[in-house]
Amino acid sequence: MRQLQILAILAWRNLWRNHRRTLIMISAVTIGVWAMIFMTALMRGMVNEMLRDGIQVLPGHVQIHHPDYRDDPSINNLIPGTEDELESIFGGQEFEAWAGRVRVPAVITSERESRGITLLGIDPIAEAPISFVFDDIVEGRFLKDGADSGVVIGRKMVDKLDTRLGKRVVLMSQDPENEIADRGFRVVGIFDSDPDSHEETFVFAGKETIQKMLGVEDRVTEVVFLGQDIRNVEALLKKVSGLTDSSLDVEPWYELDTYLGAMVKMMDGFVLVWVIVIFLALSFGLVNTLVMAVFERIREIGLMLALGMPPVNIVGQVIVESLALLTIGLALGNALAWLAVVTLEDGIDISAVAQGMEMMGASSVLYPVLHMTDVITANIVVLVLGFLASLSPAWRASRYQPVEAITKV
Amino acid sequence: MTAVRCIDLCRTYYQGDQAIKALDHVNLEIQESGFVCLSAPSGGGKTTLLNAIGGLDRPDSGEIWVAGRRIDNLSKGQLAKLRLHQIGFVFQAYNLIPVLSARENVEFVMQIQGVPADKRADQANAILDEVGLKGLEDRRPADMSGGQQQRVAVARAIVSRPALVLADEPTANLDSHSADGLMELFVELNQHHGTTFVIATHDQRVMAYAKRLIRMLDGRIVDDIDQQAA
Repeated sequence: MRQLQILAILAWRNLWRNHRRTLIMISAVTIGVWAMIFMTALMRGMVNEMLRDGIQVLPGHVQIHHPDYRDDPSINNLIPGTEDELESIFGGQEFEAWAGRVRVPAVITSERESRGITLLGIDPIAEAPISFVFDDIVEGRFLKDGADSGVVIGRKMVDKLDTRLGKRVVLMSQDPENEIADRGFRVVGIFDSDPDSHEETFVFAGKETIQKMLGVEDRVTEVVFLGQDIRNVEALLKKVSGLTDSSLDVEPWYELDTYLGAMVKMMDGFVLVWVIVIFLALSFGLVNTLVMAVFERIREIGLMLALGMPPVNIVGQVIVESLALLTIGLALGNALAWLAVVTLEDGIDISAVAQGMEMMGASSVLYPVLHMTDVITANIVVLVLGFLASLSPAWRASRYQPVEAITKV
Repeated sequence: MTAVRCIDLCRTYYQGDQAIKALDHVNLEIQESGFVCLSAPSGGGKTTLLNAIGGLDRPDSGEIWVAGRRIDNLSKGQLAKLRLHQIGFVFQAYNLIPVLSARENVEFVMQIQGVPADKRADQANAILDEVGLKGLEDRRPADMSGGQQQRVAVARAIVSRPALVLADEPTANLDSHSADGLMELFVELNQHHGTTFVIATHDQRVMAYAKRLIRMLDGRIVDDIDQQAA
């Protein structure tokens, strides 16, 4: 303990012998740590947005389908059993939310244009906790219930069809007999979404209305479930699988949207790689600083060895010096990153490059998200690798022969 | 009792292809409480002998015994421990740690030895007082004169009362007044505390203080004079 005290005093005072060099090194560590944490927070924010958007529009956390539905998402691949039967199976269970949907490919036509879309026949009350669209109505209203005769379309679709709120459009799809099933709907609501691509893809109508149009009584093509934690759906998956006929497909969100699943999985590994890459760049400066500091003090090190300081204490002194440098840089870097995240918590508009981001399913506004695990990872990586980087100059210093070192000029 | 014994000590340095015999079959015995001067012209081997006795350098052959213990075959760590607890060094060029104050420099060895802080401070203040540096305890080496720095180095060497003090040209950078003051301090420590001194020098004034004068030339002892008897 007493020896640690003298090592700490020596290390601290030696650090400030060359103010400029020390300040440059501290600045480098600070900027490096800030970059590690802040860029990670941005990436986390981006993936979270992708998850939120992806999960709310498409899969929920777990879905049930007819086994052929994913290859042929048509009305022919209905889930066996009526809605009453589904209610009797799932209704008494504890889920955050669940809902049956009719989801089929369709064509929407105005008096001027036609577009291919994904038609979602939904029960707005059951869907409320699951779908994004309820908070994003910019004109008109959302569907009142499953029997609503109106349709809700995206803002971009309004432009494409050259239509507007209150006008009529025709929805057309195939019924189970492969005959054309169509019906006129009034546009009762227009939604805005982020990413914009959803506005051109999805059209929402009342579930019962769509069931009638397609002639499928009270049958659905998919049942969607919401659990508590999107990153931990295994328990939910097991529970739903246990309640479902084994002939049906029960799949978690990361299998329904493999891109999103892979993205999230890759992210955790990427954070570590990112942090290490930045540190490697930093380590050159760190090792150089320490080597120079040792080189300038060969005589002193020789003196300390001559006076009886054990070589291991010389190693300790250089390491303490390195750790002091890193700790100051870490403290400043953490504070700077936290400040940057707090300052930008309302989001960073990257709409200038949003087209590219949307292709990835990401939003045009990035919300940095600070995960404590990422902060801890960055700090541990810097300290551990910093410790390892300082071993070489420290070991070198301890190997000096006192009699040679002490006579160095 | 014998404080230092060297048996058939040899040490050769190489400068390119040229071999320089710094110690050439040196045999030497110094009793406890001895006050010995090693005198030689430059390159005569006195510093090499001092370094070998202090465990700072290893001989090529021969044996070195300090306080009854053979040291030429000890490990680096064991030698460090020996220097820490039994030997005090005074080097020619002060060799203080520049980032530490005079008191901290003096405390340095005690701190490594594990002496408690209050005891350390008391001893450091007392010894700085003894070497005439009262009031300068908090100064750093850069703010002190050469003589003052050398006194700090002496204080550091003797503060933990080592049995043996090795001094290499301790007065080389001092004016005559400071040099006399330093030597009187050594004599006092030798007489009152029984500390053994081995001083390498070619300063005639320093030699005059020694009880025993050993002259070296080309790595060999050529003369060994008991000055008390003389």
